[in-house]
Formats: sequence, C-alpha cells, structure tokens
Amino acid sequence: MMVRALALMGALVCFALPLRAEVQIQEVTSPGGIKAWLVENHDIAFTALNIRFKGGTSLDEAGKRGAVNLMTALIEEGAGDLDSQAFAAARDGMAAEFGFSSDSDGVSISARFLTDTNAQATDLLHLALTKPRFDPEAIERVRGQVLQNIASNAKDPNAIASDLLSHAAFGDHPYGSSGDGTTASVQALTRDDLLAAYHGALARDRIYVAAAGDISAADLGKMLDKLLGDLPATGAAQPADVALTAEGAVITQSFPGPQSAISFYQGGIKFEDPDYFAATILNEILGGNGFSSRLMDQVREKRGLTYGIDTSLAAYDHGAILAGSVATANDKAAEAMQVIRDVWADVAKNGVTQKEVDDTKTYLTGSYPLRFDGNARIASILVGMQMLGLPVTYPATRNAKVQAVTLADVNRVAASLLTPDKLTFVVVGDAKGVASSN
Amino acid sequence: MSQPIRMKPWIKRWSYAVLAFGLTLGQAVADKVSTFALDNGLQVVVIEDHRAPVVVHMVWYKIGAADESPGHSGIAHFLEHLMFQGTKEVPPEQFSKIVAAQGGSDNAFTTPDYTAYFQRVASDRLDLVMGLEADRMHNLNLSQNDVDTERKVILDERTERTDSDPSALLNEQMAAAQYMNHPYGIPVIGWRHEIEGLSRQDALDFYHANYAPNNAILIVAGDVTPQQVLDLAKKHYGPIPPSDKIHDRIRPTEPPQLAERRLVLADARVAQPYVVRNYLAGERNPGDQKEAAALTMLAQLLGGNRATSVLAKALEFDQKVATYTEASYDGVSLDQTTFTFAAVPADGVSLDQVEKAMDGVIDQFLKTGVDAAEFARIKAQVKAQQIYSADNTQGLAHRYGMALASGLTVQDVQAWPDLLQAVTPDEVMAEAKKVLDRRQAVTGWLQTEGAAQ
Repeated sequence: MMVRALALMGALVCFALPLRAEVQIQEVTSPGGIKAWLVENHDIAFTALNIRFKGGTSLDEAGKRGAVNLMTALIEEGAGDLDSQAFAAARDGMAAEFGFSSDSDGVSISARFLTDTNAQATDLLHLALTKPRFDPEAIERVRGQVLQNIASNAKDPNAIASDLLSHAAFGDHPYGSSGDGTTASVQALTRDDLLAAYHGALARDRIYVAAAGDISAADLGKMLDKLLGDLPATGAAQPADVALTAEGAVITQSFPGPQSAISFYQGGIKFEDPDYFAATILNEILGGNGFSSRLMDQVREKRGLTYGIDTSLAAYDHGAILAGSVATANDKAAEAMQVIRDVWADVAKNGVTQKEVDDTKTYLTGSYPLRFDGNARIASILVGMQMLGLPVTYPATRNAKVQAVTLADVNRVAASLLTPDKLTFVVVGDAKGVASSN
Repeated sequence: MSQPIRMKPWIKRWSYAVLAFGLTLGQAVADKVSTFALDNGLQVVVIEDHRAPVVVHMVWYKIGAADESPGHSGIAHFLEHLMFQGTKEVPPEQFSKIVAAQGGSDNAFTTPDYTAYFQRVASDRLDLVMGLEADRMHNLNLSQNDVDTERKVILDERTERTDSDPSALLNEQMAAAQYMNHPYGIPVIGWRHEIEGLSRQDALDFYHANYAPNNAILIVAGDVTPQQVLDLAKKHYGPIPPSDKIHDRIRPTEPPQLAERRLVLADARVAQPYVVRNYLAGERNPGDQKEAAALTMLAQLLGGNRATSVLAKALEFDQKVATYTEASYDGVSLDQTTFTFAAVPADGVSLDQVEKAMDGVIDQFLKTGVDAAEFARIKAQVKAQQIYSADNTQGLAHRYGMALASGLTVQDVQAWPDLLQAVTPDEVMAEAKKVLDRRQAVTGWLQTEGAAQ
C-alpha cells in the first residue's frame, strides 16, 4: 500500500508549477519623493493600502514600555476637530476601513477604501496620522483595554511561555519583553510619553508603502503626498542588534491546569544570509508545515503527545531565532522535550533526505503564488518585501532560489545551525519530571 | 486542522485594531456564480475569480453535530478527523501530506449543522484534490488502531480547546442551558464521557448513513470555469452512487421557554471576568429572511461598532463601566439560533453593575429607537462590504457553503444584501421587542474563583 501511495505522490510532484507573472509590480515615486509599490487591478472598485513605519515597539524608551503600542491604538481615537466617536462616524459613513497595529519591528497601517470615496478617506487618514488628539478620555479608555489584555495574558500559559522565551533569548533588549508593556509601565505612561512615542515612530525616514487595487500610479503618487508628505522628516533612532542569551537553559513556571505550554528556541538565521533558503527548507522539514514535519511525526503521530507542534524561523530586524511551541499533558512534558532534543540531534548529525528536500521545494514553490490572492494581502506582502530590501522582480525569481538549494546545502546548514545542546526550553504548567535550570 | 466551530464563539481575545467587521456578503459577484447538479444529486456551485492562479475546492456535507444520535455526542467531529485516515488508495494521514506537497493547504471543520472539507491549491491541481476528496466520500478505510489513536487526539483537543479554557466551558454550559430539547445544547466536540465511548463501528455507521453525493454540496472557487468544474466533477464524483438513506433533517424542537436561566462559572484561571447573555432568536430560512435581516441590523446598531454603536457609546464612552461590549447575531443556522450580548467590566466595576448597566441601555434603546445617522452609516457599510468581500474568494466560497449547508439557497444568499438594505427602523424595533425576552435568555458570568462580586 505504501509503495502505491508513494508512486501516486511521485507522479503528482511532476507538475512543475508555472510561476505565472500575475503580479505586476510598479515602482511609484510620488511628486514629493515618497516611494511605493503598486499592483494595479481595476476589477473591484476599491484600493488596499499598507503603510509600515520601521521601528515599532522596539522604539520604546527605557521605562516607557508599552508607549508605542498604546500610542498606535490611539491613532484612530480622534484627530483634528473630531473626537473618537466623530472620527469613527466619519470613517464609517464613507465605509473606509483603517487598521493600526504595532509589533517589535514596525507600526503598520492598513486601509481599504472605495474608489468613490477615495479622496475623503485619504483626508481622514491623513488627519489621523498627522493630528491625532490623544484625548485624556481616550487614553484612559484604551489604557484600560491594554491593561486588561496584559492581565489576560498573565493567565494564559501560551502568552506566559512566549514572554519568558522572549526574555530568555533577548534579555534587556526591547525584543526581550512584550511590546504591550507591564501593568506598572502602562499605568505610568503620560500623555507626553505618548506624544514622544508618536513623534519617534511616525516619520518619513522609515516609511514603506504599497497599494493594490483600483488606482493608477499617478493617482497613488498624489494620494501619498497628501497622506504622508507633511510628516516629520526623521524620527527616533532604531535599536541596536542583539545577541542571544540563556542558551541551553530550561526555564519553568508553574501554572494550574492539565497541560504544559512548552516553547523552545535556539539561534536563528537572518534573511540576508545566503543560507536563508536552505534554512527555510530545513525548518519546514523540522516543524514547518505541520503534518509532514519530523517533529509532527515523532511527537504527535508516533507518540500522541500533542495535538500539534510547529517551528518557525523568526528573523527580526535586529536578531533571529529558530523557535517552536507545543502543548502537552503535564506528565508527558519531559518526554516531549526529550523527543524534540532527539529530533534536533538526529537532523544535525544525520541530515535530512533527498525526498524531504524535494517534497519541501514542491510545497514552498507551490504555496508561494497562493499568497497573492487579494488586494489587501498583496499590499501587505509588498511592504514586507520592501522592508527586506528586495527588488520588484523578487516574486518572479523567488521560486528559482528555492529550487537552487541542494540536499548538501540543507544538510550543511543543519549541521551548523542546529545546536541541540543550546536549545532552550520554557515550560509553563505543572510539568512532571522537568528539571529547571533557572 | 479539524477545529470544531463552537456554537457561539465569543472571542476571548479582542483587539482594538480591528480592520474588518462582520457583515459579509456576496452580491457583487453574483454574475460570476454558477450552479448545477450531477445526476447523483451532488449540488455544485462555481465562483469564478481569475485574478490569481488559485482555486479553493470544498465539499460540505449536510450533516453536523446536531444530527448525532443520543449518547454519541462528538461522532460527527470524530468522523471528520477519521476522514484523514485513508482509503484503499491513500494510506492513513497521507491526504494532507499530498495536498501540502503540492503547496496547498487543506482543512476540515464540524459545526452543529454541517461538516466541511476544503483544499486551497494552485488552479492546475484541482483535478488532484477533487480526485482525493471524491475517493474518501465513498472509500474510507478505518483500522481499529487508527481509530484508537485518533480518539486520544480528540480527547486532547477537548482538553486543550475546552477544558483548559474557562470561556469555552462557559459557552458550553450556556448552550446546554439555552436548548432544553434541541441538540444545539450538546457541544460539537462532544461530552468527554461520550467521546471516550465512540467506536470504530459508530464512525462507520455515521459515515455510511450520511456521506453521499446527494447529501453534499461541492463548491469550487477561483481561477476555473464552470465547464471545467462540470467535467472534473463528472469524472470524480459522477461515478459515486447516491444513498437512499438520506432524509430531511428533522430535529427535536424547543418547547416554550418560560424561565430565565442564569449561570456562574468561577475558575482560578479567569483573568478577565465578563457577562454574556444569549437570547433565543430565529434564523434565516429559505425565501424567508426578513426577520433575520432585521436582527442582523439590530446587532450592528447595538454592538457592531467599537465607537458609535449603542452599547459602546453608553457603556464604554459615557458611563465608562465597560472596556468591551458586543452584540452579535448570525442568522445562518438550520434551526433557532441566539442573539448575543457581552460586556467586559471596567476596573473596579462588578459583573452585577455592568450587567445592570447593559440592561439599562437595552431598555432605553427599546424606548428611544433607532438613531437615523447610525442606521445610515451601517447601510453604507453593508453596501461597501459587498465590494470588499469580492476580494476574498475563499471567504465567498465559505459563505455560500455555510448558507447552502444550513438549508438556504443560492438565491437566498444573493437576495441577502438587498434585504439588509431594505430593513426599516420599525422592523428593527419590532424584532428587538420580540427577541429580547428574558424568559428565553441565558445569562452567564465568568468570574475568577474566590473573587468577590
């Protein structure tokens, strides 16, 4: 039966996916000098816009953790003459949608607006970006929401594990703590702190923009000047790169409940590294695409220790880790950790197989075009590509870069990148038989 | 994968930067939707979108957790998992691997009303996934060992998603209290003691009784033409014989609900207490969706907007007794559904206080009626959503699938946006007065164990 199945799969793999040049990216420079990427498509009468300001919550000043996060959440809480509710009413009256979010490397603004109300929506978003009010009433209301979120996370084993992992890996660097801040730091934030965070984070020297949908290059240029042209030229200094700490540790935290949330990491690889694609294939084989990974096979299929386990290459602007997570019954935590270490050691020592590499390439090259199937998704991907310094031709060449990776490349990277003895575990739960090194 | 959609998922984790909102419709692409049926009764819907070389392939079975026989809760969801255990042609656990190997993704889910399987792949691989899905419609192979292993997985899933999550436990208890006779009161994943007793034969019986072309809907959306889908569907699904065991889904109905029910779930793991209230409410029915349309607009008015809706304005902005409020209603359901309110109290405010404040706002709304400006904004957004939703082909396919598997027709789906536009303030108020009857309501408090309220 297995033979027949493999034959079936082999036959299917033979389809080489033609990477159709569906995504035609234009490079646009506005009259005022703002650069953007555009995918023009007039099928549906709206445009998706994505703007990212590099820096994000890592720009928080010492003692002001959570300032950028709270500031970002307040951008849509009133601007110019409009208080929070008036702003929402104006936005909703023209059926525009704005999203504001922050993470450790950026503040992101996503917007969708109808072609009909494009001009008014641009004016309103411009007002929010340049004249946010930070009304005391709004600050207190949103601060309350953030504090509740922090309190909720303090009772969520996965969130606790994630925070402990960040701190273990990155120490006192901003990456080492949650960008939400702590209860104490958020309670202490003043309106001046938020204004400082706003001026530091939203500036023209760190803007990346992309649009997709029903707009021409000329109209996009005009829109960008209107939207972003009068933001300050420069903002706060970007944080420094960070070296990993706590390698090889086991960090435990007791938490009531039947399960342990386990996170683990070791050093990763930056996107600029010539071995990044080999590492990507390696990660997929280890724990990347769920059902076909080594870890899924050993931890779930063979032993039934969990419902799911995954790993990912987390390449931030200033540091990179290879991290994973799994939830397991408390009395199975020690076994799950040992299986993970064993898989790690086995792959580092013995490498992977040609079939695994081929299958992963088929997966990676086949899944890539599937990402570009909507204006909002396209705008978001295009901003990400610009932040990585990629050219507009990247989507057309990316699959060839994946195909160029050999089994020898993956095994060389496995031997050098995977360091089972430096794998650090964070275990949150009531795990039995797990010795802590903290 | 295999995540059961719970009956009233009240999301514990909310965000203050929400981009999209709940009203999602598909009239803007009505001209790109084709429907036909195969001789064996398989209903087919094709939604064309040629912007990207991607296709979504879905099979929806008109069988869900509310169709399980007494004592067998969880069998629909268990079978959904077991559908990945292989056929004569495909070995256990290979299905997803074959799809993933092609760069695609696949998933499955079970709800009270339907069980659905879908794959998303490059459009030149439609033939492959359709072949796989058709194969497991009638050739499922189950070993005792695979059934035993997968039962453990399901029990773990229950541990992780329900037993470890107090808000999920409260949802479960509230549904059980809401439905005194109808099976919507039984959780999709099943009660633990009944999951433990589900056998291989139970799964096979459920499979043979319910998985057949004349009990399924095929939806294909993306870079494909109706003719291509017809040809492929004839090739793969055409040879599968219809079942003579498929019958109308007649479920036990609710008796008159005469007494309000109230629950308190106290748990040490609760960080954020909240109050949630569900009222029994009518659903969308074929050719008869007007009342559901009014309820949909009512939910938008009361809680659809984080800044301007009635609850947010009063409780979050004016009285400052809540940090989050919600009113929600989803009319896509085979039988009677619920209209939900929720409120998260601000720091220092008790659940009793926030609940009283919430009821005060609702009472006031019943007296003062609909704010014309807010109503106009909601109508504009509903209209815009028709345009935005055309950007997400998978979402459109999902919407058609949910509706058709819940007893509605393609015409009902396409009529829905106009019905929403036609709702009048008077109709909204009439529905509000009818549905917001505490005798048919269940109120739940989620609170931290030991905390004073």
